[in-house]
Amino acid sequence: MSSSAGSGSLARYILVRIILVIPMMLILLTVVFLLLRVAPGDPVSASVGGRLPPAILAQKRAALGLDQPLYQQYLEYLGHVVRFNFGTTISDNQPVLSVIRDKGGATLTLTVGAFLIALVLGLPLGRLAGRYRDSGADAVIRIFGIVTYAAPIFWVGVLLVAFVAAHFPSWPTYGIASAQTTFVVPTHTHILIVDSIIANYWSGVFDILKHCVLPCITLGLLITGVIIRLVRVNVIQALKGDYVEAARARGVPEGRVVRKHAFRNALVPVITVIGLQVALTLSGAVLTETTFNWPGVGTALVNYLNERDYTAVQGLVTFFAVVVVIVSLLVDILNALVDPRVRY
Amino acid sequence: MTELRDVGAPVIEGPVLEARDFRVWYATDRGPVRAVDGVSFSLRRGEILGLVGESGCGKSTLGRGLIGLLPDGSSRDGELEFEGRDMLALPGREQRALRGSDLGMIFQEPLTRLNPLMRISGHFEETLRIHRPELSKEEVEQQALAILRLMGIPPTRYHAYPHEFSGGMRQRLMIALALVLRPAFVVADEPTTALDVLVEAQIIRILHDLRTEFETALLLITHNLGIIAEACDRVAVMYAGEIVEIGDAKAVFSHPKHPYTRELLRSTISLSTTGLNYIDGAPPDLVEPPSGCHFHPRCPDAMQICAARHPVDRDHGDGHRAACWATDLAEGLTLDESDRAPLEREEIAVADEA
Repeated sequence: MSSSAGSGSLARYILVRIILVIPMMLILLTVVFLLLRVAPGDPVSASVGGRLPPAILAQKRAALGLDQPLYQQYLEYLGHVVRFNFGTTISDNQPVLSVIRDKGGATLTLTVGAFLIALVLGLPLGRLAGRYRDSGADAVIRIFGIVTYAAPIFWVGVLLVAFVAAHFPSWPTYGIASAQTTFVVPTHTHILIVDSIIANYWSGVFDILKHCVLPCITLGLLITGVIIRLVRVNVIQALKGDYVEAARARGVPEGRVVRKHAFRNALVPVITVIGLQVALTLSGAVLTETTFNWPGVGTALVNYLNERDYTAVQGLVTFFAVVVVIVSLLVDILNALVDPRVRY
Repeated sequence: MTELRDVGAPVIEGPVLEARDFRVWYATDRGPVRAVDGVSFSLRRGEILGLVGESGCGKSTLGRGLIGLLPDGSSRDGELEFEGRDMLALPGREQRALRGSDLGMIFQEPLTRLNPLMRISGHFEETLRIHRPELSKEEVEQQALAILRLMGIPPTRYHAYPHEFSGGMRQRLMIALALVLRPAFVVADEPTTALDVLVEAQIIRILHDLRTEFETALLLITHNLGIIAEACDRVAVMYAGEIVEIGDAKAVFSHPKHPYTRELLRSTISLSTTGLNYIDGAPPDLVEPPSGCHFHPRCPDAMQICAARHPVDRDHGDGHRAACWATDLAEGLTLDESDRAPLEREEIAVADEA
């Protein structure tokens, strides 16, 4: 098969993979829907009950469709999601989509930063530990990996804040930017750092980056541990591979053997698992945002949970689910691009 | 395809490779494993030496030891000369530089020996660039396509991935990769074991023709005695880390001098086979091999001396060497009455346990 036919099958693979998103989404949405219905009490009386007369509560229930049978609510919910309508919050009467739009940028900044830190730290450390297996460096890196993975986020976050506050009092330890930056930068994309760049407001960009450091390290360390362990194991596995020995038999220098044959091939399974880590990162983001008072979707979710605003929670959780599904689709496509064998 | 070894040492007459009392040891928890225990032989330019023996006798270790492709925790000893160079004294860097360009290896399982993420072109570019950095991209491709054509792989497949080829084609790709720089010595470690018989015949034909195309000396490791008879000039029989018999393939097969060779030939299955013959017992433990001749616990001709003293490697004419007391006795060596007495079964069992 020539390489052009190979890319043809790649297109087919991607198409099939996109079609598979539909059943995946359906299952996810059903689970989200049912989980919230299993919770006792109805959303309206839970969130605003006691503060409004019963007649208005009933009116609100009817407006939300909560007086209808379950299957009808379910179909309605699916119908709304298909049109990207995630509902309106009960407590502050906002479309969930606008909550996501306003807060999503901060969460995106946080998770992307955390992932960058995790990749920059985890990939080389994992490779080093795998190549020099059972050495002193390997032992240190492994312990680092286990500790960062096992340590609870809020604990790492609080420790970091305490340390920085004690030694570098001027370094920001909460929020995404100082009040001045938030006030000055005009909103375009709802991603503060991008808006700041667009506005050519570089002291603001610098200010945001400073704010990013602690939360991104906190969340990044969690993923770093996962990546280190994963890369290490896969590099060790790949170094035992027959093609690695064959490369050595052709006189390929050891550094290149590790780089081109072991490490690159070890990344194929790593990509898949890193994709799965996005779900972990999002749940980690909720904790990190709460710890650092970060104005993102995670903080919003916690606030709505406290308000018992089920519609908002349902909408935000649905949104998280959609993100995870899309990321896993992208990961599969990336895998197919890296590994020609996946395309069949 | 005519220009021969163009760089490096001038063409040296005499052996390409010479091993004298060559040893390979592996470190294990139970002590050193003498996987190759004092092996001596030489290979001329263009010669094919077959290496046979049971699984675990040290064939593959010898093959890898010769080109310096041993795992950590192993060490080599004795003498090993390649084109006049003392290989055991050569620094690791220079040994690495010889692998791929002067020393080649063809493996048993072609399906897993090519990097699945690398195009065939990538494999060739890597190998050629490392050893001949002066080559241009066009020259690299030219050389790769020339050898691929010789192996019957069409140039249209140059940019394909390994998984797009069949097992037989992948073994031909491996051979092409091993030979693209025209090494003087190649180890082929059971190159056809994983392939079906038709492909096997094709691969053996290619290997057999190497000497005329490339003047490559080949060490062909195999279980298949038919392949030896078909393709090899000389054959070496290995048992428990030692070469017990070596000589002209036809002479060894028609008049084996060592009981192990004889029993090995008897166990060959062919169309005329009426019953299955096998050698009693299993290959010995290489951490503590049996005393005297390593084969004596399984040997039908074993005498008292065999358990006590290691036989001497003797030339029986025309470079046909074997190490066996019984053969020496038959050919006129005088031994004491007590030494000649056949070894008792009980003693065999005791020796085996010890």
